[in-house]
Amino acid sequence: MTVPTVEREERPAPATDDDRPAVLDVRGLWKVFGQRAERVVGTPLATLDRAELKRATGCVAAVRDVSFSVRRGEVFVVMGLSGSGKSTLVRCLNRLIEPTAGQVLLDGEDVLGYAGKRLRELRRHRFGMVFQHFGLLPHRRVLDNVAFGLEIRGVKKADRLARAQEVLELVGLAGFEGSYPDQLSGGMQQRVGLARALAVDPEVLFFDEPFSALDPLIRREMQNEVIRLHHEVGKTMIFITHDLSEALKLGDRILIMRDGALVQMGTPDEVVGAPADDYVRDFVSDVPRSDVLTLRWIMRDATPDDPLDGPELGPDTVIRDAVRTVLSARRPVKVVRDGRLLGVVTTAEVLEVIAGAGGQS
Amino acid sequence: MVAVSAPVTRRLPSRSYLTGAVLLAWIALWVLLNGRDTLPLGGAQLTPLHTRFGEGADVIDANRDSNPVFLYFVNYIRLFIDATVTFVQALISQPSFGRPVPLVGWLGVTGVATAIAYLYGNRKVAVLTAAGFVSFGLLGLWEESMDTLALTLTAVALSLAVGIPLGVWAGLSDRFNRVVTPVLDFMQTMPTFVYLAPLTLFFLIGPASATVATMIYAIPPAIRLTAHGIRQTPPATLEAAEALGVTGGQSLRKVRLPLAKQTIVVGINQTIMAALSMATIAALIDAPGLGKTVLKALQTLDVGTAFNAGLAIVIMAIVLDRVTSAASRRVEIAHRTGRSGRRRLRRMETAATAVAAVVLVYLSYTYVWAAEFPAGADLGSYVRRGADAASGWVQETLVAYTNGLKNAITYALLNPFEALLAGSPWWLVAVVAVALALLLAGVRASITAAVGCVLLVALGLWHDSMVTLATTLVATLLVMVLGVVLGVWMGRSDRVDRVLRPVLDAGQTMPAFVYLVPILGLFGATRFTAIIAAVVFAAPVSVKLVAEGIRGVPHTAVEAATAGGASTWQLISKVQLPMARAGITLAASQGLIYVLSMVVVGGLVGAGALGYDVVAGFSQYQLRGKGLAAGLAIVVLGIVLDRIMRAAAARAGGSSATR
Ligand SMILES: Nc1ncnc2c1ncn2[C@@H]1O[C@H](COP(=O)(O)OP(=O)(O)O)[C@@H](O)[C@H]1O
Ligand SMILES: [Mg+2]
Repeated sequence: MTVPTVEREERPAPATDDDRPAVLDVRGLWKVFGQRAERVVGTPLATLDRAELKRATGCVAAVRDVSFSVRRGEVFVVMGLSGSGKSTLVRCLNRLIEPTAGQVLLDGEDVLGYAGKRLRELRRHRFGMVFQHFGLLPHRRVLDNVAFGLEIRGVKKADRLARAQEVLELVGLAGFEGSYPDQLSGGMQQRVGLARALAVDPEVLFFDEPFSALDPLIRREMQNEVIRLHHEVGKTMIFITHDLSEALKLGDRILIMRDGALVQMGTPDEVVGAPADDYVRDFVSDVPRSDVLTLRWIMRDATPDDPLDGPELGPDTVIRDAVRTVLSARRPVKVVRDGRLLGVVTTAEVLEVIAGAGGQS
Repeated sequence: MVAVSAPVTRRLPSRSYLTGAVLLAWIALWVLLNGRDTLPLGGAQLTPLHTRFGEGADVIDANRDSNPVFLYFVNYIRLFIDATVTFVQALISQPSFGRPVPLVGWLGVTGVATAIAYLYGNRKVAVLTAAGFVSFGLLGLWEESMDTLALTLTAVALSLAVGIPLGVWAGLSDRFNRVVTPVLDFMQTMPTFVYLAPLTLFFLIGPASATVATMIYAIPPAIRLTAHGIRQTPPATLEAAEALGVTGGQSLRKVRLPLAKQTIVVGINQTIMAALSMATIAALIDAPGLGKTVLKALQTLDVGTAFNAGLAIVIMAIVLDRVTSAASRRVEIAHRTGRSGRRRLRRMETAATAVAAVVLVYLSYTYVWAAEFPAGADLGSYVRRGADAASGWVQETLVAYTNGLKNAITYALLNPFEALLAGSPWWLVAVVAVALALLLAGVRASITAAVGCVLLVALGLWHDSMVTLATTLVATLLVMVLGVVLGVWMGRSDRVDRVLRPVLDAGQTMPAFVYLVPILGLFGATRFTAIIAAVVFAAPVSVKLVAEGIRGVPHTAVEAATAGGASTWQLISKVQLPMARAGITLAASQGLIYVLSMVVVGGLVGAGALGYDVVAGFSQYQLRGKGLAAGLAIVVLGIVLDRIMRAAAARAGGSSATR
C-alpha cells in the first residue's frame, strides 16, 4: 500500500469484505411488458430469448429472472447497453414499475406485497432515487425542491427547510436556495436532485443514469461528489449506468445485464480480469487493465529460484500503483497478505499487462 | 379499396380520375334533369314533420310545470341561473334594491376592473381596461355593455366551475378522456346558432337559456386545455414525485396543477372569448346587452347603430383578451418575484390597489355622478353618424368595385354551385355525395353522407339545405384560396408571419357577430354579404393552419430541393404544398365548420335558406317547428361535412406519411 492516491483507494468498503448483511435481496425478478404478461413466467415461453418472445407473444421481457443481493453500505452498480433493462430493474425495486414475478426483500421482508399506504411509507422513508432527467419541479425554488420529500411526509415547514438547507450545503449548493431549477446548469440541477433524495435520509439510494445527460467534465466532478458523499453518509447505493468507466470507478460490485438478463456479477477487477462471455469481454476491451486489475490477477507462484528479499505489496494493490515498485525492485515483488506469501510479481508480468492494455485478443 | 383499384403505385391518379368522372357525369345529368325532384319548400310552407315538431314544442310548453323532469330538475337549474344573472345585473347593470341605479356604478366597475387587470396582468393592460370601460360610457352603451359583461361573467364562472374539474378528470383518466373528447368535438362543430331554439324549449326565453347556450360554447376550451395541461406534466417529474411517495392528491395539488396553471389560464382566456362571442349571439333568444342592439340594428339595416354597438363589443373583446393573456404570461413569472423584500412590496401594492378600488366602489354607490355615466359626452352619436356616412359614401363611391366583386363571385361561383346543387334531383346529389365521399374519404364517410342525405330529405328541407351548402362551399373555397396564398406566404417568411399573426389573432378573438356589421355596410343585405362575413370569420384559422403545415415541412426536404435547383415556384408546388397536405386539409375542414356557422348567422342579413328558417322560427310562432328542423338540418350538414373532411384529412396525412 505504498502509493495511496487514486479514488479507488478511498472507497471505505473493500470488495473482499463479504460478511456484511444484505439490505436488499432480489430473487428471480421478472418484468414482462405487454398484454397478459403473467402467462410468460414459469412456462416454456420463459426460455425464449427477448426477440423470440416478442415474435411469439408481442411481449417484451425487460427484466428476465435477475437475482442479486446488495450489502449494507455498498455501492452496487448495474451496467448494460441502452435497452438492456436497467431502468426497469431499478424501478421494480421501488415499485415505480410493478414486477411480473419474483421477490424483493428489504431486510428480509418482501416489499412486493406492499400496497397503498405501506408502499408510500416505504418510498417516503427508506428509499431515495435520483433520475437521469432530474425531475425537478420548475415552479419551486431549489430549497423547496429539496424539501419536497419532507413536505409530502408532513414535516413542519421550519423543520423541513432547515433540513433542506443542511443537505444543500452537503452537496455544495449553499447560496442557491432561492434560485429556480432552470437558472442552474445541468450539473447543479442534478445536485438538487441528489439533495432531494438525501433530504429524507433514506436507507437505500437508487441512481438511474444520473450523469448520462451531463458533459464529461461535469460528469467526472459529480462522480467524485458521489464518492465523497458515500464516504460521508455511507448509504447503500444502487447505481445504474451504461458507462463502464463510471461503473468501475464507483462500484464495489458490478452487475452486467444484457437483454434483460444477468450476464455477470462481480467486483470491478473480476469483471475486467475474467469476463464471463464475449459480451462482457467486448465491453471491457477498452479498459486499461492495469488501472483496474490488482496484483492478485497477475502474480505467479514463487519458484525456488526466486530471491525472496524484494519489497512486499498487498494482493489488492492496483497494478498501476505497483508499477514503479516492481520495475525498480530488480527482483520479484512479494505479494503478501497477513504475513502469508501468496505469490510474486516480476517485471515480466507487469509489462505483459501494460503492453496488452486496450488491445487484448 | 386497394383490392378493387389498380396497383398501389397507380392508386392516387386513378382516384382523381374517378373523381373527375363523377363530377362530369353529374354535370351531364344535371343538364338533362335540371329542375326535377328538387324538393323546394316555400318560406311559410310546412311539412307534416315540421307541424309535428311544433306540436312537440307545444307539449313541452304545456308540461313545463307538471312534468317531474322539469319540476325537479330543469326548472331549478333555470331558476338558479336566472337568479345568478339577475344578481350580477343588479350589481353592475340594472336598477336594483329600490335604487334607480345598479349597486355599483360606472366608476366602481371601472375601478374594480382596472384593479383586477393591474393585479393579475400589468400596468399596461390596466390602462387599457380603464380606457375601455370609460369608452363604453362614452359610446352611450354603458348599461348594454354591463348587461353583456354580466351574462359573460356568469357564464364564464359557471363554465369554469364545471369545466376545470371535468378537465382535471379528463387529464387523469384516459377512459373519461375518451368519453368526453367526442362530446366536446360535437359541441364545437355544432354551429352556435342551432342550439338556441331547443334550449329555449327547456329554459324559456331569457337569461337562463342564454347562459346555458353560452356555456355549451364556452366550456370545451376550459375542459380541453385543463386536461391538456394536466396531461403534459413531464413524466420524469411525476415519477420523481412518486418515488418520494406522494399520494394521488398530493401529486395533483403539488405537481400537476401548478405545472398546468399556465395552460389552464390560456383555457380561461379562450373560455372568456367564446363566452363573449356567444353572449352577443344569444341576443337572438332575447339575451340583454350589446348583442341585442346589434341584432335590432341589423334587422333594420341601421349600419350606424350596429357599428357603434359592434365597436363596444370589439373593445370589450380586446380588453378581456389582453387582460387574460397578460395574466397567463404573469403566471409564468409570478413565482419569480420570490425574494422576501419584493414579496412585501408586492403585498403592499396589492393592498393599496384593493383599497383604491373599494373607495371607487363606495363613491359609485353613494353619488349619482359616479353611478350614472355622465350623459354629456356622447361619443356614440358621432360614431353612429360617422359610420352611416362612411357606409353611405362607400356604397356610393365604391359601388362599381363592390358590385364588380359581388357579381363576379355571384355569377362565376355562387350561381353555378347553387344551380348544380339545388337544381339537380335530390337523388342525383345524394348519389354524387356518396360517391365522392367514398373516393375521397372512405367507406365510413360515404355511409355518413348517405345517412345525411336521407335525413335532409326527411327533414323536408332539402332545397334550403342545398342552397346553404352552395353558399358554404363557395365561402370555403374562397377561404382556402386566401388560406393557401397567405398561409404559404406566412409559412415561408418569418417577417410576414410577424406582421400577419397579430392581425389573425385579433381576428380570431372577435365575436362572430361583429363581422356582419362592416360588411353589411359595404355590400348591403345579400347572400354575398353572408359569404364575405364567413370568409373573414374563417380565414384566420385556415391561414394559420396552412402556415403551420408549411412550416412543418422538414427543413432537409426543402434544402435538398433547393440544392437540386428548384425554383421558388417549383419548391412551393412540388415540395411544400404536397408535403403540407395534411395541414391544408385540416385547414379546409376547420374553415368549413367556421364558415357554416357564419353562413347561418348570415340568415340575418339576407342569406336566406336554413339560416332564415332558423331566424324565422325564433320570431314566428307557427314556424317554430320548421325552425327546429332547420337547426337539425344544419347540424346534419355540419356533421357530414366534418366527417368527410376529417376522413379525407386523415387519408391525406396517412398517404403523405407513407411516401
Ligand atoms: N413501459 C414499457 N412498455 C413496453 N416496453 C418497455 C417499457 N419500458 C421499457 N420497455 C422495454 O424494455 C426494455 C428495457 O428498457 P429499459 O429498462 O428502459 O432499458 P435501459 O434502462 O437499460 O436502457 C426495452 O426494450 C424497452 O423498449
Ligand atoms: Mg434507462
